[in-house]
Amino acid sequence: MPDFSNWSCPLPLRDFPNVVMGHGGGGRLSSELIENIFVPAFSNATLTQLADSSVLDRPTGRIAMSTDSFVVRPLFFPGGCIGDLAVNGTVNDLAMSGARPLYLSAGFILEEGLPLSHLAQIVDSMAKAANAAGVTIVTGDTKVVERGHGDGCYINTSGVGIVPDGLSVAPSLVRPGDKIIVSGSIGDHGMAILSLREGLTFETTIRSDCAALHTLVESALAAAASNAIRAMRDPTRGGLAATLHEIAGASDVGIEIDESSLPVRGEVRSACELLGLDPLFVANEGKMIAFVAPEHADAVLAAMRRHPLGAEAVIIGRAVEEHPRSLVAKTAIGALRVVAPPLGEQLPRIC
Amino acid sequence: MKYLDEFRDRELAERLLHEIRQTVTRPWTIMEVCGGQTHSIIRNGIHQLLPAEVEMVHGPGCPVCVTPLEVIDRALAIAATPNVIFCSFGDMLRVPGSERDLFQVKSAGGDVRVVYSPLDALQIALKNPDKQIVFFGIGFETTAPANGMAVHQAKVKNIRNFSMLVSHVLVPPAIEAVLQSPGNRVQSFLAAGHVCSVMGYWQYPEIVDKFKVPIVVTGFEPLDILEGIRRVVLQLERGEARVENAYARMVSHDGNRPAQDLLAEVFEVCDRSWRGIGCIPQSGWRLSEKYRDFDAEVRFDVGSIHSNESTLCRSGDVLRGALKPHECPAFGKECTPRHPLGATMVSSEGACAAYYNYGGIIPAESLTHA
Amino acid sequence: MCLAVPGRVEEIVEKSGILMGKVNFGGIVKDVCLAYVPEIAIGDYTIVHVGFALTRIDEESALKTLEAFSKMGLLEEEFGASEEAAS
Repeated sequence: MPDFSNWSCPLPLRDFPNVVMGHGGGGRLSSELIENIFVPAFSNATLTQLADSSVLDRPTGRIAMSTDSFVVRPLFFPGGCIGDLAVNGTVNDLAMSGARPLYLSAGFILEEGLPLSHLAQIVDSMAKAANAAGVTIVTGDTKVVERGHGDGCYINTSGVGIVPDGLSVAPSLVRPGDKIIVSGSIGDHGMAILSLREGLTFETTIRSDCAALHTLVESALAAAASNAIRAMRDPTRGGLAATLHEIAGASDVGIEIDESSLPVRGEVRSACELLGLDPLFVANEGKMIAFVAPEHADAVLAAMRRHPLGAEAVIIGRAVEEHPRSLVAKTAIGALRVVAPPLGEQLPRIC
Repeated sequence: MKYLDEFRDRELAERLLHEIRQTVTRPWTIMEVCGGQTHSIIRNGIHQLLPAEVEMVHGPGCPVCVTPLEVIDRALAIAATPNVIFCSFGDMLRVPGSERDLFQVKSAGGDVRVVYSPLDALQIALKNPDKQIVFFGIGFETTAPANGMAVHQAKVKNIRNFSMLVSHVLVPPAIEAVLQSPGNRVQSFLAAGHVCSVMGYWQYPEIVDKFKVPIVVTGFEPLDILEGIRRVVLQLERGEARVENAYARMVSHDGNRPAQDLLAEVFEVCDRSWRGIGCIPQSGWRLSEKYRDFDAEVRFDVGSIHSNESTLCRSGDVLRGALKPHECPAFGKECTPRHPLGATMVSSEGACAAYYNYGGIIPAESLTHA
Repeated sequence: MCLAVPGRVEEIVEKSGILMGKVNFGGIVKDVCLAYVPEIAIGDYTIVHVGFALTRIDEESALKTLEAFSKMGLLEEEFGASEEAAS
């Protein structure tokens, strides 16, 4: 839960403790919101100019660009909130192409009635996440929708990063024989969110793994020979299974994983047992997988393990020529099972 | 987790498999009644490790598969009613009705919510006194005590905005129906462990005497299932037919008496249609006269909704073990996991969905003997 | 049908006339109805389906079952081993 006990509303905003339609109307209320909440938090020279667009320097290299919208409910959850999620999510999408993230935009859709203290909290966590990741939020926008037309706050972030010349990492470049490394425990984020859902609630210390992965990516890339890391992805919605299926499809390879090697925290495993879910399908927000040429896999693994976000990295399987576009898992008792791609949201089951 | 991890041990599984291989001398057909056991068999790949002589047939023990189309259509009608909050276990949201499923009702504006327990639905009723809360009370004897308690509490506490759409089904009549069906190949059963936790296994000697088939009460973890199979095969090879309990840590002969008492109070036995199979006499429970006020079918007057199942779908034959999924003319054509005609294609461990997902990757024959 | 999960009873309370409790499933704690297992005590393990405890788990028979599994094939192995040694 947000701790806004120390937060005091900046002066002109005190008249309106909650978001009202006028905060998105472009008038004085809009300006007050920008000047008192967004600009101080995201403070940087570009944003302070408040121009219609931001003009930015471009270091050498190719440009990577990505966009993502965030609609998580609840807005605050153990281990994070929609704010740091929106920053880290786009930072990670950039990083998975091997890019160094530089600039972000932030678009807010606010629902009338959202407490300004919550907004301040969200914006603060975005600013902290951006600082930690070394990215600058250079442009933004806010709109307000009527009460009942949104879940408090939606955020879109777009990001720009720079990919070093010569580097090529893509889901379509995987070859049979490549080893698959996962950077740490799976399913933490999805289970942290599920533990708060009405009708399913349970007590747990599971926290979202929300984190920016670009420095972990840098470490991994530095440890491998040129283009020995074929593909990287962060397995968010649909979990590891969805991501592995996407890569199997993009590269036209089969994928084999060993279930007993999958890193799953005890509590996440227990929650999965309780609700009848498969940790392979549960979302992550701070994990990556890398497909690495077999002769470089150990070096990359060792480099990832030296990074705090990759300390629990393990090799979970490999790409194979057989059964292209399919994912096969070796089960705990040594048999095989085919892991079908998820159809949509994974539902708790009783059967 | 204690009582789960120990029963997934690979080395012990190999010992049990070794025993089964040593014991079996000729082909046997065993039905695991419960969908939970089917799930475990497929999830762990147990069927691949069994000797070729042992054929597992997936039984009709999954509410997703057997809840009749008519009841699904009634659920959809209620869920689409204004001012209703329709609560369900997650299992039922993708089960196709005649025209749509609960997900589609939700996207069209219906308030459909997934809950873990029927008591959660009761809580939602207390929090929303101006709404009608309907719980989709499906399942076998294992789930009935929970659903029964929710209705009982609603009556005791006079929670008038709560009601239940009941479609409960019972295991023993289903076993008898399988054994009596023309062309039946099933020679023995793994009885559903958690059903027996509630009901005990005193009902089974009568079936064993009548049909001369071994019935072994079996759990859900890989070692439990292998032990059930081992005991069944041993009986079959010796020409015996007895009731055995291979799940003693969870199941007693008498079952759970307090639960059975409440079931007798809240429910009464009725004839029930099983999707794809048809009506099985005395195979279900409905709310008893005393609790009829809480019957959603009455409250929302949906009893007149009647539906016809797809004539293309032959899931009934599949559930009885008479047809393999890929032998169905609609398999993989009109019927896929994305557009399922019957429930055996909906549930990921439904025989048809399993066949579909595994097809061409691991030889289907070695995977699902449906 | 019937996904049921074992857990340890941590707390027993009577809540508006119904026996309820907290059950710990490997670190996950949920409110569970204990009305059908009135004999249950704190520290006991129970098997829970859709929020209802179905029965008290009998530890002794669990251990007995596992012990029986672990002995399977042992006689043969010993026999096989001695044969090998003799040859």
